[in-house]
Amino acid sequence: MGQYIPSSEKEQKEMLLTLGLNSQEDLFESIPHEVKLKDLNIPKGISELEVREKIEEISRENKVFKSIFRGAGAYNHYIPSIVKTVASKEEFLTAYTPYQAEISQGILQSIFEYQTMICELTGMDVSNASVYDGATAAAEAVAMCNERKRKKALVSSAIHPHVMQTIATYCEGNDTELIVIKEKDGKTDIDLLASLLDDSVSCVYIQQPNFNGLFEDATSVAQLTHNKGAKLIMGCNPIALAIMKTPFECGADIAVGEGQPLGMSLSFGGPYLGFMASTKDMLRKLPGRIVGETVDKNGKRAFVLTLQAREQHIRREKAISNICSNQALCALTAAVYMAAMGPDGMKEVATQCISKAKYLADELCKIEGIKLKYQGGFFNEFITECIIDPDVLLEKLKKHNILGGYPVKNGILWCATEMNSKRQIDDMVSIVREVMKK
Amino acid sequence: MSLIFEKSKDGRALSLLPSLDVPKVELDDQVIRKKELKLPQLAEIDIGRHYTELVKKVHGVNCGFYPLGSCTMKYNPRVNEEMAALPGFTNIHPLQEEDTVQGCMKVLDLANQYLCEITGMDNMTFQPAAGAHGEFTGLLLIKAYHKSRKDLKRTKIIVPDSAHGTNPASATMAGFEVVSVKSGDDGCVDIERLKEVVGEDTAGLMLTNPNTVGLFEKDILKITEIIHNAGGLVYYDGANLNAIMGHVRPGDMGFDIVHLNLHKTFSTPHGGGGPGSGPVGCKSFLEQFLPGYLITRKNDKLTFKKPESSIGMIKSFYGNFLVVVRALTYILMLGSEGIKKAALNAVLNANYMKKMLSDEYDMAFDGLCMHEFVMSLEKLHKEHGVSAMDVAKALLDNGMHPPTMYFPLIVHEALMIEPTETESKETLDQAVDIFKQIYQTALTDAQKLHDAPVNTPVGRLDELGAARNPKLRYIFE
Repeated sequence: MGQYIPSSEKEQKEMLLTLGLNSQEDLFESIPHEVKLKDLNIPKGISELEVREKIEEISRENKVFKSIFRGAGAYNHYIPSIVKTVASKEEFLTAYTPYQAEISQGILQSIFEYQTMICELTGMDVSNASVYDGATAAAEAVAMCNERKRKKALVSSAIHPHVMQTIATYCEGNDTELIVIKEKDGKTDIDLLASLLDDSVSCVYIQQPNFNGLFEDATSVAQLTHNKGAKLIMGCNPIALAIMKTPFECGADIAVGEGQPLGMSLSFGGPYLGFMASTKDMLRKLPGRIVGETVDKNGKRAFVLTLQAREQHIRREKAISNICSNQALCALTAAVYMAAMGPDGMKEVATQCISKAKYLADELCKIEGIKLKYQGGFFNEFITECIIDPDVLLEKLKKHNILGGYPVKNGILWCATEMNSKRQIDDMVSIVREVMKK
Repeated sequence: MSLIFEKSKDGRALSLLPSLDVPKVELDDQVIRKKELKLPQLAEIDIGRHYTELVKKVHGVNCGFYPLGSCTMKYNPRVNEEMAALPGFTNIHPLQEEDTVQGCMKVLDLANQYLCEITGMDNMTFQPAAGAHGEFTGLLLIKAYHKSRKDLKRTKIIVPDSAHGTNPASATMAGFEVVSVKSGDDGCVDIERLKEVVGEDTAGLMLTNPNTVGLFEKDILKITEIIHNAGGLVYYDGANLNAIMGHVRPGDMGFDIVHLNLHKTFSTPHGGGGPGSGPVGCKSFLEQFLPGYLITRKNDKLTFKKPESSIGMIKSFYGNFLVVVRALTYILMLGSEGIKKAALNAVLNANYMKKMLSDEYDMAFDGLCMHEFVMSLEKLHKEHGVSAMDVAKALLDNGMHPPTMYFPLIVHEALMIEPTETESKETLDQAVDIFKQIYQTALTDAQKLHDAPVNTPVGRLDELGAARNPKLRYIFE
């Protein structure tokens, strides 16, 4: 049942005969007898129809919410039809890393275009072909900044906890000291940062907007950081970048982020996309694949994986990073998304996000017992404090097919995007109002 | 062809969003973007046709033969894609409450169960996104294990010189010193040399089995015993699991940790370089160190649990979840018999091709191989000036993806061929014919091979120029 072996039994026998063997088992003569497996204890194979029924049944054990007010690192955005159409093309889907450039120009060009768009979005000079996700992009960026005498990373506590934990895990590997900069009023404590900065610090990492939804004063952080000769890494929301001061304008040396908002579905956390861009100066340290423009022997424009001398298959144990793949299909998805949106569409999504979030916050705060936890500007997320148990509120919303905000310490982190219509917001707020009355 | 930016026309756009239905908010001047955002302005038809044009310049495994050694380019079943696209998976937020994501957790739980059975491991994390990411994770498990025993002198990881380049790179990333051990003349681990480098400072050994020359390490039990006796752990690089799945398990060979490449062995698409999935399995004594969240059953409900001495997070959330959905679909369809058959036919196909090519081409190692084999073109290169690269480029002209070139490093002018089980005898026969024709051409008209490819969208590229003068983005006028 359920196999993808095209050769018939007869053909298989013919091949065995060519090899002078009697049975397929003879092919495994080099495997010591004592370790051979007798029984593989997994179910018998089933047909495509049966597998479809089974997997569909499993998927129905999940709850798909009608409206979503939760972000916290994974954002519900509209995905244009053209994005899925392009990303599901079989050639893009089933190719390997484009080692053989002559038959991979389609993938290589799409990555080159992606790199250009990421540079435009972040304002940075160069971008790689992407890495696994936003958290690993952050961790790789921290590793990029290490120098012999600088192996201390200052990381704001107001970043996504998974990003923090991933950075910590990578730092454990490469013996980087990780120091957490506490927050003050929901933002990175700049005075504390200033006092912690010294000549042993390799980099400072902040998230913009931060995990609490607030805008950081990135420009001041950049100045302080550079005064001590350290590098600034900014973790960015790519949608916000359409209207926000770019990491380059803020003075960042490296911009990274979770690319999921650029056309990838929520998908229970993955596959997503880590984008990484830097200044020219840091190019040779940028990990992962990079596509460059060149010419073929007839002088025709062409694209190729380049700067590979930095990479693991050449440098082996001397490589800075072991990453040897990218999220090519996700990078393609992001590029098609940005092309479909265009400059005005990207700005429109960002403007809708910030406007809906503000409207949601205003409406929620009209309810007695609910208020914003922090003052200050925010993009598509904010935290409210409320006098009742957040779990009670969220449970009630769930009954109305609404995924409420994400419960955080002493409050709820709400998110609104272009997907939340005014009516959806009003309906949700009225349910919250009902719950608060009781 | 033109770049997408060169096709842009001011004012073109798609109609995607309704107009804003709440008061518009503008950013403060302090945080507002100053630089104009330059992205292409196109109609939907322009975008569709742009990528249709690009797609014509891509060779995927579902389009043609792809015997790229070590990469297991097997057919990617369509049903996997449909299952991964179910709204019941794609619309699930990763931070939903557990009672609303029981289906997703069941996918991870079943995949864990089956993959542990296939590898002989006790538990598994799905957080790692790729093979290299899995290696890094596995090495951190080794580090955490020794640290928990306060055995701090174990600073070295032993890696055979035939290993994938990621092995030493991952070991360095995890803070270990790499000890390379030279392979024997038979391409396998040299037991005597291994004994020489093993000691009190050995943290572990990384091994691929079958190894990168396509041979099963017949002394595997001895090898794992040597490492264990010295107090080290043994790591299994799962790149070549396709050769043996269902027949022999890393866990039974003495491996403590395993990474899998779901995008190789379990038929999920490579996507032009990713997303993949590199789950890491381990024996129960290492379970407490696994990253991320493990799934346990509590009163008939699945629940997430953080291992008590976890190395932390290696990525956000639960890994590349939709890739796991595809792999699970594949495992369910094949079942126990199908998995065994897949391995048998992968090995059969490789041996058949090896045999059919043996008259013309020199094999790096004689005898039966597992799922792949390595040819050495050293003689052809010396006598006729035709390199492995020339042969590879000539294959491109024949509509076939070339084998892996110049790997493993221990074989000169190497071409590594892995046909996989999903290719028919006639595809193999056709490929063999092409190889033979190229060989004849090498003897009579080497220049023709130096000039190849000629039938591809572009000819050989100026790679040196690309690296010397990096142009990594389009510059707007």
